[in-house]
Amino acid sequence: MKSPISTREMIQLYRKMVTVRKFETMAGDYFAAGKIPGFIHLSIGQEASSVGVCSALRPDDYIATTHRGHGHVIAKGANLPKMVAELMGRRTGYCKGKGGSMHIADFSLGILGANGVVAGGFPIITGAGLSIKLRHTDQVAVCFFGDGASNRGPVHEAMNMASIWKLPILFVCENNCYASTTPQTYACSVNNIATRAAAYNFPGVTVDGNDILAVREAADKAVERARRGEGPTLLENKTYRRRGHFEGDPQKYRTQEEVAEWEKKNDPLLRFASMLKKEKILTDKKEKEIQAEVDDELREAVAFAEQSEYPRPEEALEDMFINP
Amino acid sequence: MTERMISCSVAINEALEEEMARDEAIFIIGEDLVAHGGIFGQFKGLPEKFPGRLIDAPISESCIVGAGLGAALTGMRPLVDMHFADFVTCAMDEIVNQTAKIRYMFGGQVKVPLVIWAPDGAGLGAAAHHSQSLESWFVHTPGLKVVVPSEPADVKGLLKAAVREDDPVIFFQHKKLFAKEGPVPEGEHIIPLGKAAVKRSGGSVTILTYGSGFYMSLEAANELAGMGIEAEIVDLRTLKPLDFDTIAGSIQKTNRAVIVHEACLTGGFGAEVSARINSELFDYLDAPVLRVAGKDVPMPFSPCMEKFVMPKVEDVIKAVRAVTYR
Repeated sequence: MKSPISTREMIQLYRKMVTVRKFETMAGDYFAAGKIPGFIHLSIGQEASSVGVCSALRPDDYIATTHRGHGHVIAKGANLPKMVAELMGRRTGYCKGKGGSMHIADFSLGILGANGVVAGGFPIITGAGLSIKLRHTDQVAVCFFGDGASNRGPVHEAMNMASIWKLPILFVCENNCYASTTPQTYACSVNNIATRAAAYNFPGVTVDGNDILAVREAADKAVERARRGEGPTLLENKTYRRRGHFEGDPQKYRTQEEVAEWEKKNDPLLRFASMLKKEKILTDKKEKEIQAEVDDELREAVAFAEQSEYPRPEEALEDMFINP
Repeated sequence: MTERMISCSVAINEALEEEMARDEAIFIIGEDLVAHGGIFGQFKGLPEKFPGRLIDAPISESCIVGAGLGAALTGMRPLVDMHFADFVTCAMDEIVNQTAKIRYMFGGQVKVPLVIWAPDGAGLGAAAHHSQSLESWFVHTPGLKVVVPSEPADVKGLLKAAVREDDPVIFFQHKKLFAKEGPVPEGEHIIPLGKAAVKRSGGSVTILTYGSGFYMSLEAANELAGMGIEAEIVDLRTLKPLDFDTIAGSIQKTNRAVIVHEACLTGGFGAEVSARINSELFDYLDAPVLRVAGKDVPMPFSPCMEKFVMPKVEDVIKAVRAVTYR
């Protein structure tokens, strides 16, 4: 089947994937160097899912994401300097240093927030979907989640509600094989989480989550269905979490060989690059250019963050209420 | 403005009808709303007046609250009906981790105009899962405003204010007070959140109370007057933000304080008020601050045990006599 995506957009998709990969790599490095406090959870190896799904959305569509959410917010258009500044706890960050890696939001871009609670986005996205319906717009709302979240109670409530009210929602499961340290094959009653959609009477689709065009095609279909008012879809992107659950995770639950195998044979970025090269859409020269541009962009973002001030400690008392 | 005698139920209904007519962004979501008019009939008539704006939800408390929150973040102004306040436990993540924290955690990017309306309280033989007074949990959660009205006029004025608020409000409505009547102004009657009311003047002692405790305190005060003890009753109405100025003004006059609430004693809101009085008004006190509250057990079913566990008018009288040394 011929892809409806223009070559120009193909390059944009590739560039976004490179941005997510390089952002996450930078974050891992800066965390290891002690320049990012707290915990961070990286999405390296899952870029086809975040970029593929968000590329099917409009700026006024909503997303809710997870503790592993950097990729989703970048793909939805988040500002890199403000993201890095937030990771570093600076005043100029997205949340003025009050959120950190697990709590990045940009309501002006429809990013209703990353979430520190596994499956915490489900009830919120249900409300966004209901609000769309009540306001009679044709927006859609996307809830990203992992295989781990799929076992939580609010998922059942949200999928049932979205179904009975035909809410314009995409439930996007990034099945990355591990819930923290627990294998998906152990913790889930099914192999393909998308099969659970049958219980809620809406489509469930499992795709190769490391093939960005497959993800995009499935997301396009689900988005169109939602915009037509036909209700939700559960899209499962099968992928692999290449980093530990958190940076510094000793990863006693899997072998280094397993990780290396995925890196070598199933890297979503390399797969897309080689496909684009085969189709003569991407040249080696263009690839280098893009890499250099993204490097520059990230260097500037990091410089902005590092030059930004920390908040005054007393700023911890601000932003509680609109009417204190 | 003319006043009529109406019940708390009618006051709730009137407040919501006026607000929903004024602002199309307001909707109500919860269980048993449309055909039944709310489990206590509190929304009767509204589903017909505002078609599509009272939304019957499946029994899914997490997503009922979450649906309210998500809608509040995207341009709507929802009121979530918890059915019974006890069921907040099924939606604690949405209330405590999400609703209360979203504005702060995201650096003040967004407003959260959400009311969580929760019928609470005991005295109806409803046992441990349908009788609790859980307000202190939410007072202890930064990011929420907590309202516990008593009289019908407060119910109307505070509910209208809560619906107009751009911050999340949890609004506890005592189930046994639905039928209580009182004078309520017609039309635009708004009581700002965070304002207590001196509802009975007196110089002997300050009784600080809210919700069902108000009626208990009033009955006690009338009896105490026969003994020559004039109690001043401060109805706190909003627990967060707390109107400590009004509390202080009264205690500076009476030099004595008794706190009355239906919720169980330990860790209850009375402990917080007592601590603040002791640290900020110690020099004005002529007696220790006493608390009258429920006993520290889950609410038992059998009416004789329920009555024993709940605070009573006699307990208020006893506490007041103790702090006035009479």
